[in-house]
Amino acid sequence: MTAMWSRILGTGVVIVAVAALGAWMVTKPDPHPENYWAGPGKRDLGQPDLANGEKLFWAGGCASCHAADGANGDALKTLSGGRALPSPFGTFHIPNISPDEKAGIGAWTLAQFGNAMTRGVSPAGEHLYPSFPYGSYDRLTKADVNDLFAYLKTLPKSQNVAPPHELGFPFNIRMAVGGWKFLYFTDQPRVALASADDKVKRGQYLVEGPGHCGECHTPRDQLGGFVKDRWLAGGPNPEGKGTIPDITPGGDIKSWSEADIVNYLQTGFTPEYDSAGGSMVEVQQNIAHLPQTDIEAIAAYLKSIPAR
Amino acid sequence: MTFAKLSTAAIALCLGAAVGAAALSTVAMAQGTQGTTQDTPQAKREQMMKQVGGAVGALGAIAKGQKPYDAAAVKAALTTISTDMKAFPDQFPAGSEANSAAAPAIWENNADFRAHAAKLAGEADTLLAALPADQAGVQTAVQTLGANCGACHQTYRLKK
Repeated sequence: MTAMWSRILGTGVVIVAVAALGAWMVTKPDPHPENYWAGPGKRDLGQPDLANGEKLFWAGGCASCHAADGANGDALKTLSGGRALPSPFGTFHIPNISPDEKAGIGAWTLAQFGNAMTRGVSPAGEHLYPSFPYGSYDRLTKADVNDLFAYLKTLPKSQNVAPPHELGFPFNIRMAVGGWKFLYFTDQPRVALASADDKVKRGQYLVEGPGHCGECHTPRDQLGGFVKDRWLAGGPNPEGKGTIPDITPGGDIKSWSEADIVNYLQTGFTPEYDSAGGSMVEVQQNIAHLPQTDIEAIAAYLKSIPAR
Repeated sequence: MTFAKLSTAAIALCLGAAVGAAALSTVAMAQGTQGTTQDTPQAKREQMMKQVGGAVGALGAIAKGQKPYDAAAVKAALTTISTDMKAFPDQFPAGSEANSAAAPAIWENNADFRAHAAKLAGEADTLLAALPADQAGVQTAVQTLGANCGACHQTYRLKK
C-alpha cells in the first residue's frame, strides 16, 4: 500500500519536475551569444556612426518614455526615466538610460545593451518586460544597435532612480515574461508585402523595427500579444481612454495620399488641418527629425500593407 | 517539449482569465448612452474646432503656395481663430464629458486648459494687429499658431 502510494507520488514529482524543467528550457532568458556583438557585422562594430545613432534615437522615440515627463527641446536628450506607463497589467516606472555609470547605462557593454534591445534580457540576465518594446527593436541591425548605443553615451547623465514597477500578481513574476516571449516574441516580418522595393523595405524596417508603431497601433489579445491579422489596424487605447486609429490603407487614413502622410509626420497636421493628439504629438515630433527620404519610406510602407 | 507547451499554456490561460475579467468590467463601465443634437455642448465645441481647423487650413494653403496671398482671407482666418478660441473653453460644462473626445484632464486642470486656449487666441490677436503681409509671413504665422494645436491636444483630447 505504502509502496504503491510512494510510486504514485514519485511519478507525480517526476512529471512536475520534467514540466518545470521543460517550461524553464523554453522560457528562460535567451541573450545572443557574447561573440554575436563582437563578430563581423556589416561593418566594424567598433566604429559607430553617431549621426545614424541620432537618427535611430528619434526613430525609436527613446525620449517619449525615458525623458522626464513634459520634457521639451534639449531636455528630451536627458534620459533620466521616471515617467509612469499605465497598462492593463499595472504601472511600469520607466528606468534611467542616461550614460550615468550608477543610475543609468553608462557601465553597460555593447553586448548588454544589444541583448536588452533585441532579446529583452537585462545585464543581470533577467527578462525585461515587453513594455520596453524589444519585440519591435529586435529587428534592428547590429550596426544600428552599435550606432544608437554610441549616440546614447554622448547624452547628458542623470542620477535619477525610478521606483520599481507596480504590477499585480502574476505579472510581477519576471519569469512569466518567458511564457510571453515563447508565445509572441518573433523577428519575422509582420506582414507579407506583395511588391516591396527598397523604399518600402526601408519603411518596413523603420515602422516594424525602431519606430515600433505597432506597439500602439496594433490591437493586443488578453496576454498582451499582437493580434496578428490586425497589424496596425488600431483599437482601444491600452494606456487609458480613447481609441487608436487604424493606419492600414483601409482604415482611418484611407483617403490620405502618401504625400498627406509625409506632411502629417513632418507638421502634425492632417489633410483637414486637424492635428495630432495624445502621445502621437511626441511621436510625430520625433519622426519629424528624420530625413525626408525616411519619412517617405514610412508612408510608402503604410500604403503597401494589407487593408483591414 | 509537450509538457513545456502544456505548462506554458496553463500559465497563459491563468493570466488570460484574470486580464479578460478586468477587460470585461472596463467595457461594462464604458457603456454610455446620450443623444447628440446640434445644441449640445459637444456639438458646439466640435463645430468650433472644425472652424479653427478650416481657418488654419486656409492659412496653410497660402503658406504652401496652393493659393495666392490674400490679405482679406488671412484676416478672416485669424479673426475666426481669435473669436472661437475665446469662447471655446466655456463649452465644457459639467456633465458634458460623455460622447466626446474631451479628456477628463479638461475638468481636472481647467485653469491650464483655459490658458492653452487663451494663448492661441492671444497669438491670433497679435497677428491681427500686424497682419502677415506676404506668403513668408503666413508661413511663420502657421508655424506659430500650429504649435498650439498639438500642445493642447496632447493632454486634453482623447486619442481618436
